[in-house]
Amino acid sequence: MDAIAKPPRQLVRMRGRSYVAFVFCPVVPIVGWLEEIDATLARSPGFFVGKPVVLDLSAVELSQSAIAHLVASLEQRNIRVLGIEGVDEAHLTSSLPPLLTGGRPTVLMQSEPKKPEAKPEAKPKPTSLLLESPVRSGQSVVFADGDVTVLGSVGSGAEIVAGGSIHIYGALRGRAMAGVNGNSAARIYCQKIEAELLAIDGYYQTAEDIDASLRNRPAQAWLEGDIMKITALN
Amino acid sequence: MAKVLVVTSGKGGVGKTTSTAALGAALAQMGEKVVVVDFDVGLRNLDLVMGAERRVVFDLINVVQGVAKLSQALIRDKRLENLWLLPASQTRDKDALTDEGVGSIIADLRTRFDWILCDSPAGIERGATLAMRYADEAVVVTNPEVSSVRDSDRIIGMLDSKTVKAEKGERVEKHVLITRYDSARAARGEMLSIEDILEILATPLLGIIPESQDVLRASNVGSPVTLNNAASAPARAYIDAARRLMGETVTMMVPTERIGLMNRLLGRRAA
Repeated sequence: MDAIAKPPRQLVRMRGRSYVAFVFCPVVPIVGWLEEIDATLARSPGFFVGKPVVLDLSAVELSQSAIAHLVASLEQRNIRVLGIEGVDEAHLTSSLPPLLTGGRPTVLMQSEPKKPEAKPEAKPKPTSLLLESPVRSGQSVVFADGDVTVLGSVGSGAEIVAGGSIHIYGALRGRAMAGVNGNSAARIYCQKIEAELLAIDGYYQTAEDIDASLRNRPAQAWLEGDIMKITALN
Repeated sequence: MAKVLVVTSGKGGVGKTTSTAALGAALAQMGEKVVVVDFDVGLRNLDLVMGAERRVVFDLINVVQGVAKLSQALIRDKRLENLWLLPASQTRDKDALTDEGVGSIIADLRTRFDWILCDSPAGIERGATLAMRYADEAVVVTNPEVSSVRDSDRIIGMLDSKTVKAEKGERVEKHVLITRYDSARAARGEMLSIEDILEILATPLLGIIPESQDVLRASNVGSPVTLNNAASAPARAYIDAARRLMGETVTMMVPTERIGLMNRLLGRRAA
């Protein structure tokens, strides 16, 4: 008995996959429409390369030879037609691309590389705060990012807290705390010193410690090592 | 255009109620239609100073809560026909006031009056903040002493931040009214001088009301000082202040008691 070894049957594997095709809808006159295609190609020569293209002929009445001529004209332009839509099958010969049905419209997504969005230049954080009105009793101004300038007085019971220096163009009757983030180079300037408390980088003096001879005069305070110095400005 | 004016101070006992009554009566005497509104819920006084305490039926809280109509709560002054009082409740407290309720009452009053004077309670809590909430202008009553001046400074800061006008980016027009000023004591350095007060508060001056027995006398008989004795020094100072509120330019001076001929003679004899 001859044993015939049958080669094991290879299973045909098939997968579904969908592609988005460009659909050309030629209109009469065909010559004019082809010029439009040429213009598009002149702008971007590689536009249709490698893209599936389908001809939708439902808008025009073309004979078999005219269809063949159109397909050939597109091939001259390096546009390979994958299939034809919208005609009677009788108009097509075997040399022409096959008839396609069941196409669904889709939105063409331009897959251009996204330009990195021009972010509005992040404004550098302001490093000073200007107050154009007096700071009243009970108000607290905290600005940890830099200097504070007050055009006016700082009332008794008000306080200014700054990461940098404090400038007061008026009387300082409240509290001023400069260099709160450990900035020992910060200073406090005022036109009239009647302060309740002055502090720089955690070192402070209360009204009692401030020399009476300085009272009501323009003054500045700064740190020398860990001693706060207060002197008249003129 | 109706104007809402809050009379405030922060500190108590400086003369807010006296000033509200006196300015309200002075404005009414000038022909303006005026209502004085007591915001001191629970500790009302304006009705006494206006001499209307025995005619109070409904009050501000009744109107806020919809128990009474505004017209039922308004009390017309017996001496001046275009001066009205909206009294506060004595049995409730400030928590009975709501922002919306006060807002709607003020809006209603704006349609009926030329001036709405809100007598603020002392302090910086609910009553005081709601009294100033809808103000167009503010009179900050200050005594010539440091504690009063500092409290006034605090109130001015709140007028610049907590009022509807401030929240809209507009300005509440502010005036300082110095009360209980004693020029003799100020000259001796026993009081803060006018210059010191204005320098600290950095706010325009509306008037200087001298310390006087007439103020106490007037409130004891339930009459605004400007009505009780219009010739007295404090009354003249309040009338000048009211004229400044009306936009007139009046030279600033501290009215002094007129010493009668008899007194002068007696004074001489004593010397």
